[in-house]
Amino acid sequence: MHEFRFEPVRMPAAAEALRSEVRAFIAAEVASGAFTPSRNSWSSFDAAFSRKCGARGYIGMRWPKQYGGHERSALERYVVTEEMLAGGAPVGAHWVADRQSGHQILRYGSERAKRSILPKIAAGECYFSIGMSEPDSGSDLAAVRTRASKAEGGWNISGTKVWTSSAHQTHYLIALARTAPKEEDRHAGMTQFIVDLSRPGVSVRPIYNLYGGHDFNEVVFDEYFVPDDMVMGEVGMGWKLVTGELAFERSGPDRFLSTYQLLLESIRAVGPEPDARSANEIGRFVAHLATLRRMSTSVAGMLGRGAQPAVEAALVKDVGTAFEREIPETFRHLIAVEPTLGAGASYPELLGMTILRAPGFTIRGGTREILRGMIARGLGLR
Amino acid sequence: MSEMRDDLLKTVDRIFGDLCTKPVREAAEAGEWPAALWQALEEVGLGRAALPEEAGGAGLDFEDAMLALRRSAYHAAPVPLAETMLAGRLLVAAGLAVPQGALTVAPVPAERRLAFARGAAGATVSGAARRVPWGNLCAHAVVAGELEGREVLGLVATAGAARGVEKNLAGEPRALLEFDAAPLVAYAACAGAQMRMLTEGALCRSVQMAGALERALEYSLQYANERVQFGRAIAKFQAIQHMLAQFAGQVAAASAAADAAIEASPLAPDEFAVAVAKARTGEAAGKGSEIAHQVHGAMGYTREHNLHYSTRRLWSWRDEFGNETYWQTRLGRMIAARGADALWPLLTAI
Repeated sequence: MHEFRFEPVRMPAAAEALRSEVRAFIAAEVASGAFTPSRNSWSSFDAAFSRKCGARGYIGMRWPKQYGGHERSALERYVVTEEMLAGGAPVGAHWVADRQSGHQILRYGSERAKRSILPKIAAGECYFSIGMSEPDSGSDLAAVRTRASKAEGGWNISGTKVWTSSAHQTHYLIALARTAPKEEDRHAGMTQFIVDLSRPGVSVRPIYNLYGGHDFNEVVFDEYFVPDDMVMGEVGMGWKLVTGELAFERSGPDRFLSTYQLLLESIRAVGPEPDARSANEIGRFVAHLATLRRMSTSVAGMLGRGAQPAVEAALVKDVGTAFEREIPETFRHLIAVEPTLGAGASYPELLGMTILRAPGFTIRGGTREILRGMIARGLGLR
Repeated sequence: MSEMRDDLLKTVDRIFGDLCTKPVREAAEAGEWPAALWQALEEVGLGRAALPEEAGGAGLDFEDAMLALRRSAYHAAPVPLAETMLAGRLLVAAGLAVPQGALTVAPVPAERRLAFARGAAGATVSGAARRVPWGNLCAHAVVAGELEGREVLGLVATAGAARGVEKNLAGEPRALLEFDAAPLVAYAACAGAQMRMLTEGALCRSVQMAGALERALEYSLQYANERVQFGRAIAKFQAIQHMLAQFAGQVAAASAAADAAIEASPLAPDEFAVAVAKARTGEAAGKGSEIAHQVHGAMGYTREHNLHYSTRRLWSWRDEFGNETYWQTRLGRMIAARGADALWPLLTAI
């Protein structure tokens, strides 16, 4: 049996110093009117804010200096991430590039890819989307049908990616494509490519979400040419790469802080002397949050030591997203307002927006059911 | 893991493996004192392990003692180990000597405080303490109350004080102790003594629940892999896999919360961390036990299978020393009073 060990980590002094610095930066930005604390921090696209983060060294923190990084620890990066989310900062533009794409390029990209892309990501000027899901390939990622065929000096890609968040605003995505026909081993024959969205052969069409927002896109490749030096790792090793990439998506504080702003506004709404029932629910959420944060920092510590805590990450995401989804469902009973459609400027709008966004929490980055399957495998059940 | 901790855990696992058998557990539930098991624990000084050497302890880290306590709960050991540990810690905190033998504590709710008075021969205590864990089988109990306007902690002999014994759902004795001007063996001023007793108890129960949950999950995984229905092990069914994955999440969260509380409480309990731990482990106890039994089917509902030794403890311990509602309400009131903006600094300071 896999033993789930969430070894405690102690935040180093450097990380705590950085925490104060980030907190002061966010407070100053809010005070200057640069942004209003956002209800969906890591889905808020704000290039000007991302450039400020880049200038302050808050992006690509763990990468080598030669590629524009800052050679800081996993826990220092964790502190910056959680402070940005708790402060409601609009970090959406650089989020994916910083969280996962940059790591992939650093680990598997060509020297040219590393030199030409990583410094721009770290400067907060270059943004990425995720190129995994397709119309017939969601939870079953190995079913991707986007094909890449060998051409002179590179590969030609044809196929369609969907649910591609922010592709209308980002510069690149990392696409998973089939480079060899399906064999008995369905995980073989796939490869990851860095796709420059500004080049010909790729078109981006919006897919509006249930409340009418434009975040998702459909991205269609038609004989789109990728040069050989934009191939990630070895041809055919895409499955290993993509599953490694997913581990970075799953354990962070973005998996339990999505509704933190609603928790804060609900605490404000019930006031300093809440009734017993409200106090009980607030206390319960605080107990869950404190525990999740400890589990998540533990995974950050494991990642920092070079471990691959894929199952622990899945577990944090499963427990964390369940927590996120409970917050609106509980407070709608305690604070009697009717949820209202809107951007989130008032409590009823914030509640309404949170209810409408909640279904996504247990789908994005791997559905709850896929995660539970991974945990079950870790428990020795399959 | 330190070598010393490793040795300690090996020792306690050996003792519980040898002496905490099914007949011992059954006899304890019938009211018999598990003398051989307790004697073995006394010989290694486990109940006092974390006390300073001058108080008769081994000067072990508090964390090590709590890990040993967690193992005792994993093994469903029917002994007042938690009570002896926490009584000793309270006595040391008040600067009092720790007597030999099994000890317990007698917390009482605010509306039924024990009355302390100064008599000719020293201080006395009067009043009733309900559901004192192992109160009929431990020679001494630690009591808390007020004397002349100051909070005090005292030690009282239990001989003759037991008026009746109820059992918790695990069959552990919970005694009614009545004191009528009973002389205190010793006492001392101790600020916040009454709350501290409750908080220390909640910390111990959280750690015990983490241990019992770990065992209940192990039983469930083992059973799911062995039990064959429809021609295959039930572990192969997705419905079972998903239940057990959720169970693993509850166990991981309970462990993390209990560990955090232990870490925050080396010398005295940290009320925030303990409130988080008791609330979170208590919730996990209910949700985890439900899944454990669902996976075990009718077999888990029998006395023959050992699962109930873990789950009956979980169903008892979650309500002792303050249930989830008690600790969550305290936490919620504290957060609301400080205001929303104080929450994040508080969470990141622990």
